[in-house]
Amino acid sequence: MARIDSPEELAKLRQEVVSHRDPDAPRVSVCAGTGCLASGASQVVAAVKTEIERQGLQAAVESRGTGCHGFCERGPIIVIDPEEICYLQVTPDDVPEIISRTLKDKQVVERLLYVDPAAGEKVTRESDIPFYKHQQRLVFGPNRKIDPKNIEDYLAIGGYRALARALFEMSPEQVIEEVKRANLRGRGGAGFPTGIKWEAARNAPGEPKYVVVNCDEGDPGAYMDRSLMEGNPYSVLEGLIIGAYAIGANEGFVYIRQEYPLAVENLGVAIERAEEHGLLGPDILGSGFDFEVKVHRGAGAFVCGEETALLMSLEGVAGEPRPRPPYPAVKGLWGRPTNINNVETWATVPLIINRGAAAFASIGTEGSKGTKIFSLVGKITNTGLVEVPMGITLRDIVFNIGGGIPGGKKFKAVQTGGPSGGCIPEDQLDLKVDFDELTRAGSMMGSGGMIVMDQDTCMVDVARYFINFLTDESCGKCLPCREGLRQMHSILTKITEGKGKEGDIELLEQLSEVAREASLCALGKTAPNPFLSTFRYFKGEYEAHIKDRRCPALSCKALISYYIDPEKCTACLLCLKRCPDNAIDGGKKKIHIIDQDRCTNCGTCFDVCPSHFDAVRKISGEPVPPPIPEDRRTVVKKGKRGAGQ
Amino acid sequence: MSEYLLQIDGKEVKAREGMTVLDAARGAGIAIPTLCYHEELAPFGGCRLCIVEAEGPTGSRLLASCVHPAEQNLVLRTRSDKIDRIRRTLLELLLAHAPHSTQLQELAQEYGADPDRFEQDASFCVHCGLCVRYCAEVKKKNAVGFIDRGTKKEISFVPQIASRECDRCKECFPLCPTSYLQAAFVLTASLAFPDSEGTGSAR
Repeated sequence: MARIDSPEELAKLRQEVVSHRDPDAPRVSVCAGTGCLASGASQVVAAVKTEIERQGLQAAVESRGTGCHGFCERGPIIVIDPEEICYLQVTPDDVPEIISRTLKDKQVVERLLYVDPAAGEKVTRESDIPFYKHQQRLVFGPNRKIDPKNIEDYLAIGGYRALARALFEMSPEQVIEEVKRANLRGRGGAGFPTGIKWEAARNAPGEPKYVVVNCDEGDPGAYMDRSLMEGNPYSVLEGLIIGAYAIGANEGFVYIRQEYPLAVENLGVAIERAEEHGLLGPDILGSGFDFEVKVHRGAGAFVCGEETALLMSLEGVAGEPRPRPPYPAVKGLWGRPTNINNVETWATVPLIINRGAAAFASIGTEGSKGTKIFSLVGKITNTGLVEVPMGITLRDIVFNIGGGIPGGKKFKAVQTGGPSGGCIPEDQLDLKVDFDELTRAGSMMGSGGMIVMDQDTCMVDVARYFINFLTDESCGKCLPCREGLRQMHSILTKITEGKGKEGDIELLEQLSEVAREASLCALGKTAPNPFLSTFRYFKGEYEAHIKDRRCPALSCKALISYYIDPEKCTACLLCLKRCPDNAIDGGKKKIHIIDQDRCTNCGTCFDVCPSHFDAVRKISGEPVPPPIPEDRRTVVKKGKRGAGQ
Repeated sequence: MSEYLLQIDGKEVKAREGMTVLDAARGAGIAIPTLCYHEELAPFGGCRLCIVEAEGPTGSRLLASCVHPAEQNLVLRTRSDKIDRIRRTLLELLLAHAPHSTQLQELAQEYGADPDRFEQDASFCVHCGLCVRYCAEVKKKNAVGFIDRGTKKEISFVPQIASRECDRCKECFPLCPTSYLQAAFVLTASLAFPDSEGTGSAR
């Protein structure tokens, strides 16, 4: 591929690519993001290719495996444009029918459509599915249109236009001014204004300067950056080059998790293609601006997502944070001015340059502009990635987009901001999601993880779980985090085991203060949040655990007992046969009883008892009723039990 | 080189560019407790005992004085209820590891720290890193280093280097606030180079 040496040549190439593509011709996009691949998307991609050839359609139909579409719950997904027909949970066996019926006969395969659970109606168009309808997919949307290994796909949708504009029509100062006016705030966690960060790095004395992409996404359940990097690495690179030009850096690094093999692979391809086209390397687009990118794979430490620890790791030493000030903008990589932004932040930059700061800033709230990608996981009907305008309510995200809680259960809380974020309860569901509102509610935006919890979740156990994660991931350098979290974890564990005592809460509060106020880096400073926010909103649960030895959510193993309701037991033998500890006594027509001394609270009986019997119950904080006497254990058919018994 | 004027505990203090808050305070005879600080070593900021409270327009914030650069017009307090409370808990966390350290006992007395507040832990290393950093930065030998991470992190001698260097040096021994270092050395020496003087069975 010849290099492109001017904006005109870029426009010409784009024209050429577009001219070969008939906008009315059918295009088949198969989601090949990691979620869909795990549910068998690669076989679907292969089947689509084979079937198109077998049915002789290769000249008339375009097909591609794309990055993540977001609706991971229902993958593998196929979307057929231009009609936007969306098929869900497609298997390779469905493909011949899709190709012959939809592409040849222009008919919809009804059984693969989304069914709206409320109305019971089938939805054909992707954008009419409630999951997508309430989103605003500005940054994440292009994923669906691009084969991540094909730069032409990115050029066809206007890729690298923002770069040409920045390099030829704007001075570096103007680029910074534009980003500042857009009021873009960092998507990686802290929400620091990106333009101001760029300006600080530009104005800091010292050469060379560096730019870094932080793709060390480590929050449990979060995969926004992964999906962007896998699906559209071009947009991240384009944003990075624009930022490098604005800051005055000629060298950049992408720090990416080794655990993201597909992202590493697709990024590698994107860099190679960009270099071949003269979009990276010396004299980009003939502008005289040189910029090169190196990829550094992270070795799996959560703390390396913290920017100073990331820089240490890039330098080749142990990934431990260093004190700020000096900030990386002044003294970063190898002591030089360095600007680090998260993947999503970089990917948002081309959008701002293309559409202008005013258009970007017209979306969102007073203090938080634009859209944000969230990973919606946990007890939620539509697990997946969603992109929404800042200021949307939590209720809209959880219920309109997420489809609410599965299994008829009740919503309890949503944990935002990753492990060191906080849990927000039901009465705050109308909170407008932006950086400041989430902080005010005792949580944070973080990188955009959202874990939904239902009535069966114990909030004390949630705090224990996340503090355990953070204790494990503490680098160990500073005392408040290393020792403080270790002690917090041990206290919380005891509370969930029914060994809590008076004074535990005060101790947890003091350790929280120490970690928040005295830790070296943001990991330690925010680490007490899981405790603080659950205590703030679910104080009663802590008290029940400590004072009454009771777990209100009936979740903490040490605080519950299983009991078979003799009125409901039909002696079906299911639980008796499945109990791994032989703790259930009973027989044919003999009401089953759990021997509490042998029971290990594994919950198997509870799980296997058919829901129409619903005989096994969990009990907490009260004694288990004594077993019914031997002479009354014979099961009598319904209606006959009663007066005579 | 610029000179800064700070206020510490109500006292005007002068500092040169490049000095930390701790340097400035100590230069003016103001005491701040430290554990992981050593004047020959690069600032580390691990133990956080040296926290001080800085007044700001939006309230006060805590800084680790051993790493925070002295800046013009900083207004600082080295003691307050909050500082004392946090230092006390920090000391209690340390005492869970090393209840017999005299250095910690003295500080515990000053701040009213209860050595039994937290459950005792078997390891009595307090992770100040003085031995590791002294050996690396001053002696440039790297005979002792950190291994593993987080709560599992510990110091460990590198037998190949330690067997060659340590007998004639041992300058790190008096730096250790808990004597864990000596124990670690004896263990390494007796397993890896038992002829060392350190094990008591000299050649």
